[in-house]
Amino acid sequence: MNFGATSWSLSEADHTSIGQVLQRFLFDSKARCALLVDKSGQLITTTGERPAFDVTAFATLAAADFAANDQLARLIGERDFSTLFHQGERESMLLADVSRRVILVVLFDHRTTLGMVKLKLRSAVDELGRLFERMFSAGLKKPAGSAPALLGDIEDEIDRLFQ
Amino acid sequence: MSMINYASREINCKIVYYGPGLGGKTTNLEHVYQKVSPNTRGKLISLATESERTLFFDFLPVDLGTIRGFKTRFHLYTVPGQVYYNASRKLILKGVDGVVFVADSQMDRMEANQESMQNLYDNMQEYGLDLTRIPFVIQYNKRDLPNAAALGDLQSTLNPGWEVTDPVRKRAVPDAYHAGEYLVQQLPTGEWVERAPYFEAVAVTGDGVFDTLKAVSKLVLKSLS
Repeated sequence: MNFGATSWSLSEADHTSIGQVLQRFLFDSKARCALLVDKSGQLITTTGERPAFDVTAFATLAAADFAANDQLARLIGERDFSTLFHQGERESMLLADVSRRVILVVLFDHRTTLGMVKLKLRSAVDELGRLFERMFSAGLKKPAGSAPALLGDIEDEIDRLFQ
Repeated sequence: MSMINYASREINCKIVYYGPGLGGKTTNLEHVYQKVSPNTRGKLISLATESERTLFFDFLPVDLGTIRGFKTRFHLYTVPGQVYYNASRKLILKGVDGVVFVADSQMDRMEANQESMQNLYDNMQEYGLDLTRIPFVIQYNKRDLPNAAALGDLQSTLNPGWEVTDPVRKRAVPDAYHAGEYLVQQLPTGEWVERAPYFEAVAVTGDGVFDTLKAVSKLVLKSLS
């Protein structure tokens, strides 16, 4: 039985397909690193240079940043801000909405330009959008509870976690 | 929104601590942060004002361990309790898997508790979520204070129960945490009601903090099975 919010799962095949899209995007745009974060703040994957910072905290703050800006957009009469840009002295980041469920965060430095990253971003977002739409619709078709069937009869195991 | 990542073999779930301002939500997270081994938790992120009031949220990721080869990771969030911050409070509820309502037991905070509980129902409803259908526990905090209200008064005000309509669920369910009490029971009027599990706590000393977390985590993991 599914209570409340929708759950979804990421298979190894999905993970590989997402990784391929991101790798191609990083190669074309010359950006350093791409992170995919779901809108509840959970990190889905990172590609490119391994981030030296705490990626879990980063994912949470990126989702909060995006959510806050989404509300700001509505206050000024926009449906949303589909991309956000934060410029730093050495590092900059671009955040883009994917299918209204996921956020693509791109980190880049002086080796490329905002224009180049934005130019290559569009097709990556479209491709990722198609992948996620397929994943979400596949998730909805599955009978409730089938994805985490591994969690059946786990009472004892949950108790053990807290000992 | 729980996420099961088969590639990294992780289950991620989101738990939100809700409640009135200065009720002890952040203190709950701080206690968990202090007591859990550094290997199993991440950084405690606090977006707070200069006077240490939560402005946006506090966040603490905790790895509970492995179930069937999957690392179970819980993301604990608090919301800003002050009425003024409702817009940001609502954002934190996005994708929530389980809710802990941290009530302030002091008698003069009863109204603030009720207002916050109503606000929780309203905000959940805006996401199309029904609080009676998702993992939800209530923590009565500050039980050590001399002006703490009687437990019965808190229960009847904040956890009076909701009507059970599903015939399958119309059976007495004992409260595993309180002997002689029931989570689902039939009233003398014949009506079946269900209440959220509740815990007494003194978050500053840590009493009841892990009992609360354990209860909500179990409900969340069970809701996935």
